[in-house]
Amino acid sequence: MDGYGVWSLEEVHDGRGGGEELEGGGVDADVDSPFCVVQLPSVDAAKKLLRRSVLAHSIHELWGTAPSLSALHPIIQSQTAHLWPRYKDCSFKFVVDAYQGAHSNKERLAIIDTFSYLPFDGPIRMSNPDETFTVFEFWPFNSVPLKIQHPDMVRLGRFVASSARDIIHRYDLKKRGYISTTSMDAELSLVTANIALAAPGKLFYDPFVGTGSFPIACAHFGAIGWGSDIDGRSMRGEGDNKAKSLPGNFAQYGLKPQLGGFFSADLTNTPIRRRRTWDGIVCDPPYGVREGLKVLGLKNPENATWLIELGINEWQSPDYVPPKKPYSFLAMLDDILAFAADTLVDHGRLSFWMPTANDEEQEIPVPTHPCLEVVVVCVQTFNKWSRRLITYQRLPDSQVSSSDLEAHEKRRREAAAAHTGTTADDLNPFRRGYFRKFEAEAS
Amino acid sequence: MKVLSLNFLTCAVKACKSSSSSYPLHPRDAELVQDEIEVNPDMLVNVLPRLDWAALRTTSSELGFPPLPEQPPTQEELRADDKLVRDLHHLLLETQISEGKLVCANCGHEYAVKEGIANFLLPSHLV
Repeated sequence: MDGYGVWSLEEVHDGRGGGEELEGGGVDADVDSPFCVVQLPSVDAAKKLLRRSVLAHSIHELWGTAPSLSALHPIIQSQTAHLWPRYKDCSFKFVVDAYQGAHSNKERLAIIDTFSYLPFDGPIRMSNPDETFTVFEFWPFNSVPLKIQHPDMVRLGRFVASSARDIIHRYDLKKRGYISTTSMDAELSLVTANIALAAPGKLFYDPFVGTGSFPIACAHFGAIGWGSDIDGRSMRGEGDNKAKSLPGNFAQYGLKPQLGGFFSADLTNTPIRRRRTWDGIVCDPPYGVREGLKVLGLKNPENATWLIELGINEWQSPDYVPPKKPYSFLAMLDDILAFAADTLVDHGRLSFWMPTANDEEQEIPVPTHPCLEVVVVCVQTFNKWSRRLITYQRLPDSQVSSSDLEAHEKRRREAAAAHTGTTADDLNPFRRGYFRKFEAEAS
Repeated sequence: MKVLSLNFLTCAVKACKSSSSSYPLHPRDAELVQDEIEVNPDMLVNVLPRLDWAALRTTSSELGFPPLPEQPPTQEELRADDKLVRDLHHLLLETQISEGKLVCANCGHEYAVKEGIANFLLPSHLV
C-alpha cells in the first residue's frame, strides 16, 4: 500500500462519504504488511469502498492464502472450482506481485504456469484484459540481499477495483500554479478531505487557508470550499498575474464552481456567525515553528498607544495592516474546537493537524470538547516529534451533557487566564520543545 | 464574494455579536459580477435549512433583486420548483460582490471588499 500503514485502514474503514453506509468488517491486517483482508457483502461494496480511497492501492477477490505456492494450489482447487466457469471465455492475464522480493521474468512465467489447471479458454491479453489474476507474495524484510529462497505467504486474487490513488499526481504541489512554504501536500490534503467526508453538496471551511490546499481537496470530492486567513496576501496571490492566486489554483483544476469564497479574518475575531453551517471544517493550524502563531491585537497595549491611534485614524486606508500579537497554541486549539462545536451541523466533522513531541513527558494531549466525539487519530511520526490528524464529529445536542459543557467552559476560561505569556516561546510548548530539540526542559 | 457567503457572516467586532442589527452586513457601493455555474439542486436543498431567510431577503433587496417569498420554501417545495431553484442558484452562487464595502448597522464599521475578497481584520481599538 504505502507509508501510512494503519492509516489506510482508517481511511478505508471510514470510506463511506457521500452517505454510502457499508456493512462488513472483519478487517485482518498487519501493520508491516501491505495487504489487508476485509470481509464485504458484495463486489459492488468493494468497488464503493475503494472509490474514494487515496491511501489504498486496489482491491481483489481473495481466492486463497497459503504459506507457499505448492500449498496454495490444493486450496484453489478445492475452494474456488465453483467460480471457474464464470471466467471460461473472457480475456485474462496473470501477474506476480512480490512484496519485498524479486523474480526474473522466467521465474514469473514459471509461477504463472503452475496455474495452468484453471480451465480458462479465453485469450490472454496483457493490456486491458477482462480479468486480472494476481499472485501476491509476501517476502521477509531484506530478502533479496539475504538470499532468502521462499516467501512467507502466497495469495491468489482476482482484481476488482483500483482506488482513487492516481489523483495524487493530478494535485501534486510541484505542478500547482501557486503554493507557499507551508502548503499541505496533495496526498495528505486529499486524505484529510476524505476522512472529513467531503462530498457533493456539502459546505467545507478552512480557517487557516493559506494557498488553499484543503478547499481544493474538498472541492475534488464535490464539496464547496470556503477559507479565510489572517494574511490576505496568501489568498490574493502575486502581482497582476491572477493565475498565481488561490482562485487561480481552483481554475487550474477546473474546480471554480466549487469555490465558495475567501476572506481575510482571524479565528479569535471571526466574522462567521455562530450558527450550524458547515458539514466539515478542515485545517492545518500554524503551530509557530515555520509560521508564527498570531492573532489580532497588541502585545503591549500600554506601550503602544500610538499604534492604537494609528488604527483609529488609518483603518480605512487600503494600505493599513492591523497589528498582531503572538498567541497561545493551546488556546488556539481550544478556540478551533469551540468554533467547530458552534458551527458544524450534527454529525459534521472537524479534521485538523496537530504536532506533538514523541517524548511522553512533553506530549500534548488530544484536545477535547463535550460536543465533539473523536472519530480517529492518525499519526505521522518524524524523528522526535510527530503530527496527528485528529478527526471529530459533532454530536447532536441531545447527546451532550450540559454539566460537561459547563465544566468545559469553566476550564477553558481558567486556561485562557493562565495563558498570559507574551513571547512566542512562552505561549507555545511545542515551539519551545522543537527549538530545544525536545531535550528535557531545565526548570 | 458570493451572496451565500454574506448569509454566513456578521460583524467581526465582539461587542456587536449580541446586537441583532449587526446582521446581516449591508453592501455599499457594491459592484456585482455574474459567474455562470451549473445548477446543483441537491446542494441548494442541503443548504436551505442553514440559510437565514430574513437576512437573505434583506440582502437580495439591497442588491436590487426581485423580492423573495416571505417564508422560505420547505426542502420538498424547493426540489419541486425549478424556477425557484434557478433563481436561488443565481442569487446565492452566481452573483458575486467584486468591489465595495460591507457595513455593520450596529457599529458602522466598514469592511472593504477587493477583488472579491473581503477584509475582516480589525484595528487594535476594536479587538
